[in-house]
Amino acid sequence: MNVDTLIVGGGPAGLAAALSAHRNGVKDVLLIERGPELGGILPQCIHDGFGTVVFKERLTGPEYAERFIQKIRKAGINVKLETMVIAIDHNKRVIAVNPTDGLLDIQAKTLILAMGCRERTRQQILIPGDRPAGVFTAGVAQRYINMEGIMPGKRIVILGSGDVGLIMARRFTLEGAEVEGVYEIMPTPGGLTRNLVQCLQDFEIPLHLSHTIVNIQGRERVEGVTVAQVDSDLKPIKGTERFVPCDTVVVSVGLIPENELSEMVPLTIDPVIGGPVVDETMETSEAGIFAAGNVVHVHDLVDDVSAEGEVAGKAAARKIAGELKEKENPTKAEAGENVTYVVPQEIRKKNFDQNLKLSFRVKQVQRNNLIKVAADGKPIYSRKERVVRPPEMLSVKLPFSALEHAQVVKVAVEKDNEESA
Amino acid sequence: MKKVHKFTCIGCPSSCEIELTEDDGKILEAAGAGCKIGKDYAKKEFTAPERILTSTVRVENGVLPVLPVKSEKPIPKKLIRDSVSELAKVTVKAPIKQGAVVYSNILNTSVNVIASRSLEAKS
Repeated sequence: MNVDTLIVGGGPAGLAAALSAHRNGVKDVLLIERGPELGGILPQCIHDGFGTVVFKERLTGPEYAERFIQKIRKAGINVKLETMVIAIDHNKRVIAVNPTDGLLDIQAKTLILAMGCRERTRQQILIPGDRPAGVFTAGVAQRYINMEGIMPGKRIVILGSGDVGLIMARRFTLEGAEVEGVYEIMPTPGGLTRNLVQCLQDFEIPLHLSHTIVNIQGRERVEGVTVAQVDSDLKPIKGTERFVPCDTVVVSVGLIPENELSEMVPLTIDPVIGGPVVDETMETSEAGIFAAGNVVHVHDLVDDVSAEGEVAGKAAARKIAGELKEKENPTKAEAGENVTYVVPQEIRKKNFDQNLKLSFRVKQVQRNNLIKVAADGKPIYSRKERVVRPPEMLSVKLPFSALEHAQVVKVAVEKDNEESA
Repeated sequence: MKKVHKFTCIGCPSSCEIELTEDDGKILEAAGAGCKIGKDYAKKEFTAPERILTSTVRVENGVLPVLPVKSEKPIPKKLIRDSVSELAKVTVKAPIKQGAVVYSNILNTSVNVIASRSLEAKS
């Protein structure tokens, strides 16, 4: 079959991309999703705090998803559920399978990748010890409790202070389990401050920074873990080991963009963030293939994911209409002082939008900052920012005119000496 | 006497740090919030802390065995645990529409608990 715009993944990025492509005039949009329903991870995120930007309200995950799903239905956008992509190439030909159609051979004019991200597991951080039942990633525990109605355990130790882990500390507590503590190997928390407040402080759950699990014990089921303090090289300190009895270990140790399909194309991948290199229209290294949301870089706010999907959908429509300019000698966006990465990594010289949004994260916590952007070394933007933290994504909005002739745009977060003096 | 209290807003992931200045319980200023949500949050947090309650209830005949629910409005923070225990007694029947009241006036707060999603019945 032939389609104008094919979207892979029915989470928040894919939903927004499909709607945006449709709204911007693409006639034949097809959204395919591997799971049995749309919404991606949102249906299991039953806590609130979603949608403050898009809807100016605090919604739960399921509510946020449902608003988009209703719009998809209203727009009459074609959706295929339980459909899994097994092959994809640079000509935008996609092979997928599902229980009703069997094998699907789809030729798309434009393709939007919105596969989201996956959790890092126990295996990826190499926790030593036995291999008993009772070790879960935070997202799996979340799905069990919030969607399957299954309690994974009674006495819980959480490794890693990522947001899902913090949210699950509260959820386990409310469901009657005892959360012994959250152990974070880094000296600063991995999750957002708001979650430290409302998930740990509200329930008096201890957070042990610079601590890790050095051993998991148990035959059939987890019987306990040994925790230890770590030094500045993150190595366990001898003599600080402590045995903590528990029946469940929940690991919340980060998310990784899911790019098996991007690599199959193959697209150029940013080695720092693990997602495809994109330009300001979310177009990847392959013309006509766009990517949006956590598949590109892991976000804090679903609202930002939706916004990226929106950009990608609009760009796909422009591409089909022949309005998207060729990517000749694009401006490069680079990370400067105390910046880990910048998205998009490339900017076309001339395009249709008036403003450009650059998103980035910092390497370390710092107070009294100046966010600076320079074009070929010449300052074009600066703003004060009181506190910056790695878990909290930052952004700047710039006029395209300032970048038109630049080869390199660099984003830096410098110490504001005036302020601290 | 003037006193400054620090709060971290939980309204969205921006986690704004707000400094609330009060004089003998009278709020003079709440500074540092990026939006109105933060300003209101700090004032509430100082006078009577509230939270939106989110949990699940059991479902009969649904495509899923549990339904996510939330309080329509924030309820006193100290009632969160007891409210969740109260909701553990509830079973609803699918199909359910998002926004349907699953428990009215929880713990006499005059706040209803509603379905966070629509849930189809098992066919």
